[in-house]
Amino acid sequence: MTRSIPLIVTLLACAFLLIPIIQSVLAGLTVSYFRGLSSGLTLKWVGQVWELYSGSIFLSIGLALACLVVTLILGVPAAYALARNPGRASRVLEEFISLPLAIPGLALALALLQLYGGWSDFRTSWLFILVGHVLYTLPFMVRSVLSVLAAIDLKSLEEGAATLGAGPARRFIDIVVPNAMPGILAGALTVVTLSIGEFNLTWMLHTPLLKTLPVGLADSYASMRLEVASAYTLVFFVMIVPLLMAMQWASARAQRIMQ
Amino acid sequence: MRQSHFLTVCMLPLAIFTLAFLAIPIGRLILASGESDAGWAIYLRILQTPRYLSTLMQTVVVSLAVTVAALAISTTAGLYLVRNRFTGRNVLLSILTLPLAFPGVVVGFMIILLGGRQGLVNQILPGHWVFAYSITGLFLGYLYFSIPRVLLTVMAAAEKIDPALEEAAKTLGAPAHRIVLDVLLPALAPALIAAGAIAFATAMGAFGTAFTLATDIDVLPMVIYTEFTLSANIAMASALSVVLGLVTWVLLLIARNMSGATIAAGG
Repeated sequence: MTRSIPLIVTLLACAFLLIPIIQSVLAGLTVSYFRGLSSGLTLKWVGQVWELYSGSIFLSIGLALACLVVTLILGVPAAYALARNPGRASRVLEEFISLPLAIPGLALALALLQLYGGWSDFRTSWLFILVGHVLYTLPFMVRSVLSVLAAIDLKSLEEGAATLGAGPARRFIDIVVPNAMPGILAGALTVVTLSIGEFNLTWMLHTPLLKTLPVGLADSYASMRLEVASAYTLVFFVMIVPLLMAMQWASARAQRIMQ
Repeated sequence: MRQSHFLTVCMLPLAIFTLAFLAIPIGRLILASGESDAGWAIYLRILQTPRYLSTLMQTVVVSLAVTVAALAISTTAGLYLVRNRFTGRNVLLSILTLPLAFPGVVVGFMIILLGGRQGLVNQILPGHWVFAYSITGLFLGYLYFSIPRVLLTVMAAAEKIDPALEEAAKTLGAPAHRIVLDVLLPALAPALIAAGAIAFATAMGAFGTAFTLATDIDVLPMVIYTEFTLSANIAMASALSVVLGLVTWVLLLIARNMSGATIAAGG
């Protein structure tokens, strides 16, 4: 009897996580949630979500891609510089850019609002939300690239290239980037996944004209009927689950290379 | 271009971004917290105002309870999944890690579907259990997103434990519970500290779930939000944010020094 307790706990935990997801998917596809499946299946609610919230969905995709570009430009060269200069200063810097992982998004959003809230062109532009997303996702990119770079013998590779006459920029493009690619890929998928789901900062930074997908979700939970809220959640699942699976595959692959 | 110059150029964009959008805003936030009539005594006022103090306590208690529950459930399930291979194992694993990237609002909605007025439990047992909007709902919501995070950390650590240790204990005649207590848990301790710290920090700062569920529960992020948006009490919102940020950051730092693992919160 006692031997089966771990299995029971595992199954109960699965049920706890999965049942509401199934409920949400079903509610988003049934004609009436109260009458259940017997009322029939429909795509009406998904269609309604598309009419109401497609703008939010496209804004989120655009933001996630912009966030990816910025984190690549800021994060990959910086991870390389940190990998080539492993020392106390680099550790402190890495710790500092990782602060948004520890400090709640709400606090960071308040900080940004107080400094830049009065600059209304910036405050009302999508770039303001982008800054929040970059702050939150950047440490994931830097750490992912840095951990792969730390596992390979970068110095010898670069010295080899240097004796053949390659300059620093050339070595970065031809040696560092290809070697870091598994880390870049894992980081990129993490950045896109997290940016699409980001709410804590975005709720404070968004304006009524700039609602991202999760902001729209909160909005639909508060004001729409259960079927519409569920259909919107279903749309979110369809977007996030493949990304999540790709992200886990890519980080497992990066982990293998590090070992 | 010399190597050292190139490395400086590589660091520059990140350094400028971090200075402009992280360092200076945090500095501004800290200064803003001292700008009310109370000045820096505002931090003393947090401790003297029953509403803030009880909110702070309530947030800490819920977060601690979630941490303990998530550790217990995820360690049990994680050890089970690492040590047993069976058909369907990967399905269970996928289910348990699925909510990893769900935003807090979605987790809140999941809890409403379970325990709301139109939720599953209230449909099966009408009129008995509507728990979504209470502290129980909040606890379950936080547990929902903590389980995957803790599970992944525990499983990564459990896979690294040398099976020879367990074998040795078995041949020496140790019963199953002694093996868990004397062999597995000590080996897992660093991972459990790291995972527990993430779970606690995430719960302390969780805004989306509380925002969806907490119509009449006070947790720190909700109080910060209402102070800022409804009361326009910017100094107090800032001071509470500083306290919340400092508590979570210091905690994660201590946990990392104790466990040596790189960890990440979020959500």
